Amino acid sequence: MTLQHYLVISAILFTFGIFAVLTRRNAISILMGIELILNSCNLNFAAFSRFMTPPEDISGQIIAIFGIVLAAAEAAVFLAIILAIYREFGSIRPDEVDTLKG
Amino acid sequence: MQPLSNIESLLYFSPEILLVIFAAAVIILDLVVKDRESVAVAYLSLVGCLCTFAAVLFTHFSFGDEGPVSLFLGMIRLDVFSSFFKVLLLLATAATILFSLRSEELDARLKGEYYALLLAITFGMFLMASSTNLLMIFISLETVSLTSYILAGFLTHSPRSSEAAFKYITYGAVASGTMLFGLSLLFGMAGTGDLAQISGRLTELLAAGEIAPLAVLIAITFVLAGVGYKIASVPFHMWSPDVYEGAPIPITAFLSVASKSAGFALFIRFFYAGFGSTELMQAVDWPFMLAIVSALTMTVGNLAALPQQNVKRLLAYSSIAHGGYLLMGGVLLTSQGVGAILFYLVVYLFMNLGAFYVVVLIANEVGSEMVEGYRGLSSRAPLVAWAMVIFLVSLAGIPPFAGFFGKWILFTAVLEQGYYWLALVGLLNSVVSLYYYARIVKAMFFEDAGEETTNVSFSTGTFALLSVFVIPTIFIGFINIFYTFSNISVSVIPMQ
Repeated sequence: MTLQHYLVISAILFTFGIFAVLTRRNAISILMGIELILNSCNLNFAAFSRFMTPPEDISGQIIAIFGIVLAAAEAAVFLAIILAIYREFGSIRPDEVDTLKG
Repeated sequence: MQPLSNIESLLYFSPEILLVIFAAAVIILDLVVKDRESVAVAYLSLVGCLCTFAAVLFTHFSFGDEGPVSLFLGMIRLDVFSSFFKVLLLLATAATILFSLRSEELDARLKGEYYALLLAITFGMFLMASSTNLLMIFISLETVSLTSYILAGFLTHSPRSSEAAFKYITYGAVASGTMLFGLSLLFGMAGTGDLAQISGRLTELLAAGEIAPLAVLIAITFVLAGVGYKIASVPFHMWSPDVYEGAPIPITAFLSVASKSAGFALFIRFFYAGFGSTELMQAVDWPFMLAIVSALTMTVGNLAALPQQNVKRLLAYSSIAHGGYLLMGGVLLTSQGVGAILFYLVVYLFMNLGAFYVVVLIANEVGSEMVEGYRGLSSRAPLVAWAMVIFLVSLAGIPPFAGFFGKWILFTAVLEQGYYWLALVGLLNSVVSLYYYARIVKAMFFEDAGEETTNVSFSTGTFALLSVFVIPTIFIGFINIFYTFSNISVSVIPMQ
């Protein structure tokens, strides 16, 4: 496995994430797309840390760990907001949540 | 100077530590005080702001002759620039706390969480203004974002507020994910997370032809998605009108001023410290990209504001347009340009918070956020109406108010660098913006309120707080001290 393999996989993950966010009609699927994006970044950091920096420098891996923590925090807030949306609108489809426009 | 170690840094980190302590104290006090109507937590958080202000001054003057200090092994940097933004952000937070005290929208049971979150978001913004490492940049940005999602959706049982939070987090999470991807590419190319080292490494590698300029440009564009979403620049501005309309008014005021200021602090530090060197810019022409973004941002903001009937939404578009004006200064790569941004942010803080305070007052008394609600205000509450006129005229940039001086300094800096087309676009936009500000003035002074003719009376405290915003909006342009200060604070950012 070379660096290129990791980068190609993370680029594919990132694209899938953006694709899911743009096309899915369900808030939970959008959240999954966002998680894919964040995980592709973590994969990038870990791979770069392994191949591009000296072995004793693990700052890239540290950033990846922080990335995982932040993704968890974001998922928690996102799910809480989805619950609030469900209570108010009775639906978690983004196209039905549209009282604000103009 | 060598970066300080973790233990040594703690002393210089006291403003942030104080904010966290007070955020925790607010939660505990909220548990102890049984009275639901009590406003003790609000005053405790005001005291927190005051103590933090003292700590900012202490840390600012204690590094003294040694110059800027790098803290926590180079993670964050304490310099005049970050102190400037800390004072600005504290002003915005204190004003927001005072607005929240007067606002009747907020649920009295959730006060403790509300003020604790406000202090937490200020903490995140402090870090945004001082981060010099990719990791810190991302963590601070996420701290601010996550907290502002919660605050935007803080009105339980309000569909508008929940919808605002939902739209905010969807755009925000994608934008920050994209930014993290860009940061990971930069990290990979440079092999380090430190902004100054990245700049040096990228310059070397580009000169040696080891990396393609396009790769750097793509990484910068990805990062711009995250920063652009924080300062609501086109094409990442779509969340802003909906969020500003749905969020509680004090939070709207806070987001439009503090979030934007912190975004610009991050923007200036990232682009100037990381990519300000001439060699880098010969390979990657990001200023031109920014010039286009800036022109688009002000045009879209101003044109979309024209037909708005909701004053909060109108001010949201106006704040997008102001983000565009501010970005003009970011294109220039001169200390004069950055100085102009900092001065304009001070001016913008007073006039925009003032305008939002009037919106809070009218929402309380008249119960309307629409332009119709402002009809006949000149006879019903003359002082508030005149204050609103001053804020709006200043936002439009008409002399002799502060907004005019802010724009004057900004446009002079733009013209001196030869960006004539950009200055022309900015000028045309200022003319367009007059129209929609004038619509509110027209409603207040030249339209009848109809059958509703009762006078609205406000307390002395209201007028005192209003004058805190009116007086600087009138006089700040004449007082040169602020402009000099914003000039000093940029002298510590490495320039080309």
